[in-house]
Amino acid sequence: MFQETQHVKRKKRAERTAQGVFLGMTLCMVLPLIAVVGFLIYKASPVLSIDFIMDAPERGMRAGGIWPAFWGTVCLVFFSVIIAAPVGVLAAVYLHEYAPENWFTRMVNLAVFNLAGVPSIVHALFGLGAFVLFAGLGKSILAASLTLAIMTFPVIIESTKESLAAVPRSFREACWNVGATRWQTIRGVVLPNSTSGILTGIILEVCRAAGETAPIMFTGAVFFKAVQGGDVFAYGPMDQCMALSMHLHTISTQVPGVPEAIPFATAVVLLGTVLVVNATAIVLRVIIRTRKKW
Amino acid sequence: MSEPDPNYSVNVRDFSLWYGDFQALKNVSLNLRDGIITSLIGPSGCGKTTLLRSFNRINERYGNVTTSGEITILEKNILDADVSLPELRKSVGMVFQRPNPLPVSIYENIIFGLRIHSDRKDLRRSEMDEAVETALRQVRLWDDLKDKLKNRATSLQLEQQQKLCIARLLPLKPRIILMDEPCSALDVDGTRAVEELMVSLADDYTILIVTHNMAQARRVSQECIFMLLGEIIEHDRTEQIFLSPRNQKTTEYIEGRYG
Ligand SMILES: Nc1ncnc2c1ncn2[C@@H]1O[C@H](COP(=O)(O)OP(=O)(O)O)[C@@H](O)[C@H]1O
Ligand SMILES: [Mg+2]
Repeated sequence: MFQETQHVKRKKRAERTAQGVFLGMTLCMVLPLIAVVGFLIYKASPVLSIDFIMDAPERGMRAGGIWPAFWGTVCLVFFSVIIAAPVGVLAAVYLHEYAPENWFTRMVNLAVFNLAGVPSIVHALFGLGAFVLFAGLGKSILAASLTLAIMTFPVIIESTKESLAAVPRSFREACWNVGATRWQTIRGVVLPNSTSGILTGIILEVCRAAGETAPIMFTGAVFFKAVQGGDVFAYGPMDQCMALSMHLHTISTQVPGVPEAIPFATAVVLLGTVLVVNATAIVLRVIIRTRKKW
Repeated sequence: MSEPDPNYSVNVRDFSLWYGDFQALKNVSLNLRDGIITSLIGPSGCGKTTLLRSFNRINERYGNVTTSGEITILEKNILDADVSLPELRKSVGMVFQRPNPLPVSIYENIIFGLRIHSDRKDLRRSEMDEAVETALRQVRLWDDLKDKLKNRATSLQLEQQQKLCIARLLPLKPRIILMDEPCSALDVDGTRAVEELMVSLADDYTILIVTHNMAQARRVSQECIFMLLGEIIEHDRTEQIFLSPRNQKTTEYIEGRYG
């Protein structure tokens, strides 16, 4: 009674194989990541320290730290987010909650969708033409941040729309049926229940922006700028600045005789910044999630 | 236009509704008597939900809707251009198939409507507390929930959630309460409790309930409407419909020949 038939045995084998293959694929993805990070940290270890972040470069970027580049990236990302996030989120709210279903809306949605896929070098050229030259901002943090903002905001729109769509229909119905206007529904129910998703989308975009070189190279970033280590007032909006991604490119390809550890340490700082921001996103999401349960 | 009869809180004349090109309601005419429970039965897809949603004009939020005809509620044709929808929806509340409390506290759920309809500064604490207590007493949840008003409404049992959804309408002092299969997510005890609640509310409100459950229609309603393919086939006293229906199609539906 209840003995394994041939058929059951075959099924079991298939089951084990499937599980093994999927596990293998997962490892294929995780192992290189661990290897990359481990290798970077190993190579960077001789110079990696807090001082490395806080000090200005010395001897033609062959020694010292990376403060001007680190702080430049922080400034660029900060300005681009305060420009792109409100515009992106509000546009997404309009498109998802208000826009009537017609050809115009479909066009806009299609445009946003495609804009999200435009390569960053194209945005860079647009930024150069529109902000640096036409608007007369010159190469500056403002022009570069605007370029980054243009690049990030379609993606913010897309992710925000997804978060809005994830709010259950029944919540909206509950509001409509006590006579709430669209705005009251959005304020009272839709936004509070999609904040975590919206924030996550924005933060992920911030990370992408932080790593980009092309859009800032033509519009506001420079190879070198003399800045005191740890000086947080180093840059104004109309100044040019250094940036981590570009600094990494410069010291690895343009400057001869840079000790090997310095580019690796720069990469670790860039990666670390992205990871810290990502971790913040995850923590935020967990906190907000636990406060809402549906 | 004929004078509306004061015994009726809803008069529908020749009402038709289209979703795009699809006609979901065809020349519906009916009167809902004040202060009783009317049930609405019919196979799924026949337009019950659509008809219900027409009474607070919420259909317009669900798609491209066009209408013709007249729906008179409280002596006003609600299809007129000058009708304020927030005010209409205050008077005509809706309860759904699945309880849909908002993911906030019980207290906030009940005063949600008040918050929607008044300026922040006009709402006094005492007023809100009173509204919450009255509403919860009316749905018989006060004793169970009075110490848990700060709890999340979504953590209640389904039956309590559904009662809460009814309670949520009451502070707005509605005249008409629409219920779209309000018990279909509930178990036997929950169903019984909500039915009892409906009966106790019937004196003060006009209640229209959509149901798939014929026994429920017989238990709670005084009048019953049978719909088929967007048309009203029969509208009569409930016993009449169930004991000696006039229309062949009604007989067939009640006998369960199609569902
Ligand atoms: N938003 C909508 N857009 C288009 N058609 C709809 C919409 N809602 C309902 N319908 C159609 O209208 C008809 C009646 O639907 P409904 O009122 O939900 O029926 P019931 O509640 O009796 O099951 C169905 O054929 C349905 O497909
Ligand atoms: Mg229905």
